[in-house]
Amino acid sequence: MEESKKLSLKKIAVDVRKGIIEGTFNAKSGHPGGSLSIADIMTYLYFSEMNVDPKNPDDENRDRLVLSKGHTAPALYAALAHKGFFDVELLKTLRKPDSMLQGHPSMRYTPGVDMSTGSLGQGISVACGMALAGKLKGKDYRVYVPLGDGEIEEGQVWEAAMFAGNRKLDNLCAIVDYNNLQIDGTLEEVNSPYPIKEKFESFGWNVVEICGHCFTQIEEAFEAAKACKGKPTCIVAKTVKGKGVSFMEDKCDWHGSAPNAEQYAIAMAELDEAAKSLEV
Amino acid sequence: MADVIKCATRDAYGAALKELGVRDDILVLDADLAKATKTITFKKEFPEKFIDCGIAESNMMGIAAGLATAGYTVFASSFAMFAAGRAFEQVRNSIAYPKLNVKIGATHAGISVGEDGASHQCCEDIALMRSIPGMVIINPADDVEAKAAVHAAAAHEGPVYMRFGRLAVPRVNSEDYKFELGKGVELKDGKDVTIVATGLMVGEALIAAETLKEEGIDARVINIHTIKPIDKDILVKAAKETGAIVTAEEHSIIGGLGSAVTEVLAEEYPVPVVRLGVNDTFGKSGPALELLKIFGLDAANIVEKAKKAVSLKK
Repeated sequence: MEESKKLSLKKIAVDVRKGIIEGTFNAKSGHPGGSLSIADIMTYLYFSEMNVDPKNPDDENRDRLVLSKGHTAPALYAALAHKGFFDVELLKTLRKPDSMLQGHPSMRYTPGVDMSTGSLGQGISVACGMALAGKLKGKDYRVYVPLGDGEIEEGQVWEAAMFAGNRKLDNLCAIVDYNNLQIDGTLEEVNSPYPIKEKFESFGWNVVEICGHCFTQIEEAFEAAKACKGKPTCIVAKTVKGKGVSFMEDKCDWHGSAPNAEQYAIAMAELDEAAKSLEV
Repeated sequence: MADVIKCATRDAYGAALKELGVRDDILVLDADLAKATKTITFKKEFPEKFIDCGIAESNMMGIAAGLATAGYTVFASSFAMFAAGRAFEQVRNSIAYPKLNVKIGATHAGISVGEDGASHQCCEDIALMRSIPGMVIINPADDVEAKAAVHAAAAHEGPVYMRFGRLAVPRVNSEDYKFELGKGVELKDGKDVTIVATGLMVGEALIAAETLKEEGIDARVINIHTIKPIDKDILVKAAKETGAIVTAEEHSIIGGLGSAVTEVLAEEYPVPVVRLGVNDTFGKSGPALELLKIFGLDAANIVEKAKKAVSLKK
């Protein structure tokens, strides 16, 4: 990846992270931890990978994204806002009664949201349906489906994985946000889904393991996914929950709690500093 | 009665799907039950538009939702127990909440499943589906109505739950029957009491009305094929004109037709309502017709309930 592109993506990722903090702070609730861990991948998807047009959000030929880990909606909303689907200022209305930004994504509220999600395990099935529709209609769009690593404890994920493998849905790409933390503790402490790679491989998937905060590796993984024919691809992205805000990093407790005013100020100052360090 | 045509509503489902198959936007999904749900009738004619999702009903509902986002009209089929029961939350969150154009074809509803017994005799599906905002629920009385209902569901934009039976039931509607979504059908006028029935109990209601006539009670018979949205007007009119109501359904007395009718009348025009249904119990194995008698789902019990309703009139 060219340095200029990498720098540009890093800058957008800081903006996305600021949007996550802005939203959850104003809502006094939400899920910053997993939103921050998937932020770089969401940035890459919307600003490099996906064929989407904010002016035509329902284009039938567009690439689709189903945020199966729907509680990380703040990351999706921040990426969509910065891409131009709606005003960035609206991020402050997250979870408010008159807002288009529901606590979990709703395709009937928000332009650019391709599917309503939030109940874990369901998004990947819908993504399979979208990918199958692409095959049936002879369209070349791709479908992306970020999953939580805790989420893959849901049995429905494996029903869907079996279906996608059997149907050879190579236009489908799952991304496991592998931060090793869920609400009640580490994955091993709760109910280990390991080994993730071997599980998906045994369901007939191509699996790529990467660092989910390294744009070069993210790009290589998505290129490998597109190059792989006859199999869906799962990118297992090692990430840090709360990435980019020092006191949130690798802490379970930031799964579903919002920063208070003091924490908000510290987080925004850190992110401003990160943005400044990217100025050449 | 020998010349009465008998046909299972699931057969009509398969036949109607085959008619719809000429449309480009129609897809049919099943979960390894094509021979039982009768989607096989469609599969034989349109194999490229039939998708077997295997024994994974929750995933099937998600697949259906995903296909619907791309403009398909999707029929997702399984037994009522699994379509409404196991996959309830997928139907709620992945289909109904985003208002996707998925039609759920749920066969083998109720006690009349027969020998398979309680695990497969779903008497809770109407209650479950009725609680989902925007869900349309159709429970046809015979094959003619079932076929018409499938076409009406296909023409309707949004989620629909269709309830079909395994048992061959007598035809109560004529071939030229016109189905209107959301409209109850008055099959027989009467002034003393109204029997409001759905599904295979409609046929029993007509027999019960004959018996009641012999006993000097003039019963009206209404077929409610669309349980949601329910036809309030026909119910209120019946309450006003006959003053007593009996409901009859092959479903739990909790949450189904009886509850829906009671809810309407309690708020709009309170009159005695006596409910006949599966009385808050699980089914069991046995021949379907014997089971319907054992669980009291027949004309004789409608007659008893009707007399009770009349006795409760002020």
